[in-house]
Amino acid sequence: MRSISSEVILEARNLTKYFKSTAGGAFNRQKGVVKAVDDVTFEVHKGETVGLVGESGCGKTTVGRTLVKLYDPTSGDIIFQGENISKFNRKKMKPLRSKLQMIFQDPYSSLNPRHTVGTIVESGFDIHGVTPAQGRKQAVQELLELVGLNPEHINRFPHEFSGGQRQRIGIARALALKPSLIIADEPVSALDVSIQAQVVNLLDDLQRELGLSYLFVAHDLSVVQHISDRVVVMYLGKIMEQAATEELFTKPRHPYTKALLSAVPVPDPKVERTRERIILKGDLPSPMNPPSGCVFNTRCWKAQEKCRVEVPALYEISPKHQIACHFPEN
Amino acid sequence: MSAFLEVQNLSVSFPTEDGLVKATNDISYSVNLGETLAIVGESGSGKSVTNLAVMGLHNPAKTEISGKAILNLPSGPIDVISAPEEEVRKLRGSAMSMIFQDPMSSLHPYYSVGDQISEAWLLYNKGDKKAARNRSIEMLDLVGIPDPHKRVDEFPHQFSGGMRQRVMIAMALINNPKLLIADEPTTALDVTVQSQILQLIRDMQKEFNMAVILITHDLGVVAQVANRVCVMYAGKIVEESTIDDIFYDSTHPYSIGLLASIPRVDKYHGERLKVISGQPPSLINLPSGCSFQPRCEFAKYVPGNKCGIETPSLSQISTNHKVSCHLDKTQVQQLKKQAM
Repeated sequence: MRSISSEVILEARNLTKYFKSTAGGAFNRQKGVVKAVDDVTFEVHKGETVGLVGESGCGKTTVGRTLVKLYDPTSGDIIFQGENISKFNRKKMKPLRSKLQMIFQDPYSSLNPRHTVGTIVESGFDIHGVTPAQGRKQAVQELLELVGLNPEHINRFPHEFSGGQRQRIGIARALALKPSLIIADEPVSALDVSIQAQVVNLLDDLQRELGLSYLFVAHDLSVVQHISDRVVVMYLGKIMEQAATEELFTKPRHPYTKALLSAVPVPDPKVERTRERIILKGDLPSPMNPPSGCVFNTRCWKAQEKCRVEVPALYEISPKHQIACHFPEN
Repeated sequence: MSAFLEVQNLSVSFPTEDGLVKATNDISYSVNLGETLAIVGESGSGKSVTNLAVMGLHNPAKTEISGKAILNLPSGPIDVISAPEEEVRKLRGSAMSMIFQDPMSSLHPYYSVGDQISEAWLLYNKGDKKAARNRSIEMLDLVGIPDPHKRVDEFPHQFSGGMRQRVMIAMALINNPKLLIADEPTTALDVTVQSQILQLIRDMQKEFNMAVILITHDLGVVAQVANRVCVMYAGKIVEESTIDDIFYDSTHPYSIGLLASIPRVDKYHGERLKVISGQPPSLINLPSGCSFQPRCEFAKYVPGNKCGIETPSLSQISTNHKVSCHLDKTQVQQLKKQAM
C-alpha cells in the first residue's frame, strides 16, 4: 500500500461558486443565480486520492475548476500547500500552477491537433521557463515512457493516437512540471472499458512512484471506489456525505448516497436479481431554483417537514465520516 | 417459441478512400418475443452498425450489406435486407422501432412533443389529429410522464434528459411494435435516472410482449435486464450465451478479460485491475486469423500459431452457449484459473 501522510496538501473551506445567469439579448438582464457550489469544505492529504462524485449538475466539475482557479470563487478559501490562494490573481497563481495540474475528460478536445506530442508535453517548460537537467527532448521522452507510450512517437500528432493513448499524452503533460496534486476531471469516462482499466492502473502506478495526490472527479462510482482512499458525495452544489471509501460504500448513512449506490448496476446477474434497488423519483431540481431546506428533500423517501425548512449542516456522525442529513440511515 | 428476428450471416462494410471498413463480418443471432438480447462490445465492435442494418437505416449508396435479417411477422416472414425500401419503411415504427443514446438530438426542437408522437401514430392509423393527440397523452402517461395533458404541448427543451428518453420510448412504442432496438438508451443519463429508464423498458416489454435488443457497453446494465448476451469484438460475435453463462462461465478470452477489467461497486478489494493489453484493431486492416489474437493472453497456448492463421468459427459448446475460439472449454477454464 502507498503511504498517506497526515499533511494536508489542499483544503477547500466553505468554498462557494455562484454563476450569474442572464436572459441573453441586448440588455443582458440578470435572470438568476446558479448555485453551482455552495459552502463546500473538504481536504486532500499528501499521497491521497479523494474521489468527488455526484450526478451531472451537482457541481463536482466546478469544484475542480475553482480549486485550480480557472474560476474565481464567490467566497470561501482554498488553501494549497499552506497558502490561501483564493484571492490570488493570474500572476501570483502562475508559479503554483506547475504544482497543481489538471487532466480532462475528453482526450480529443484537450490536445491541440496542430501540435506534435513533443510540443504538447513540453509546453509547460516554456510557460514556466524551466529547462530540465537532462535536456528537453530527453525529458519529454522519459515522460512518454513513464505513461506507457513509445518515446519514438514524440513527433506524431494527436490524431495518430487512440483515445486511451491520447489520455496518456494528457497525463504526461500534467506530469511534466512535477506537480504535487493532480485534479483529474472524469479522466476515464470517455474511454472503452478495457482501456479504462489500463489508464486507472497507470494513475495508480504514477501515484505510488511519484507520491502524487489526486482529486478524482467522476460520476462512475465503481471506478471511484476502486481508485479512491476517501470519497466526497455531492448533490446540487452541496456535500451530502464524505468518508473513507470502504466505509462509504459499505455503510452509507445519507439516503442519497444509499440510493446512488443501489442504482449502480453490478455486473453479476445473481446479485442483480436479489438486490434491493431504491429508485428515486423524478429528476435533479434546477440549481437555479434549489429546494428549500435540504436540497435532496424533493426526491428523498425519508423527507419530513424539518427537511423542507431547515438546511442540514455537515457533521461528523462517526469518526471521519461526515454527513448532512436530519434523518440518517443506520 | 420461434424467433421473431433472425439475423443470418449479416455483413456490413463501408468502402472508404483508405479501404473497405468491415464493420460487421458474417454474424448471426436471433431474438424471441418477450426476450431481451443484449449486444455488448466496445466502440467500433459493430454493435450499432448491425442493428442499423436491421432497421434499414444505412445509406445503400455508401454501404455494402449482405446476409439476411428476417422478421417473422404474423403475415409471413420478410427479409428486411433484400426487401424494397418502400416495404421496409412501412415496417419501421410499426413492426420495429429504435431508440437512441442521445434523446436531445433525436427529438426535433421546433415541434412540441405531442406533435412528434402524433406524427408517428398518424403514419399508421386512420384517425384525425385529435385522436392522435389523445393517443399521445395515453402513451406519455404510460411511460410515466407526470401531468401528460399539460406536457404534451411542451417542447423537448422543457424536458430533462430522462424525461426526453421517456418521450422517445413513447414515440417508439405508439404503434405497438414487436421489436424494440435500444441503442445505448441510458448511456447519456445519470445512474439514478438510468435505473428508472431500464425499469420502464422492462415494464414496456411485458406490456407489449416485445423482443428487445439492448445495445450497450455496460456489463452492469446487461446483468440487470438481459436474458441472453452476444459479445462482439472487431465486427464478429465472439461469444453468445444466456446471461448466467456469460457472467459465471465465460469462455472466450475476450469476455473473460472484459469481465475481469471492470471494478465493481459492491465489492471493495483495492487490488490492481486486470487489463486487456493493447487496443482494438483497425477495421480496415484486421489481423489475420482471430481478430483478438494480438491481445489474447491465451493465444500462446494454441499450438502452431493457429490463432494467427485460421479464423475460429462460432461453435456450440453447450445448449445456448456458443464461442469462437480455438481453445476448448476445459483448456480455457484451466488457463482462466491460472490467470486469476
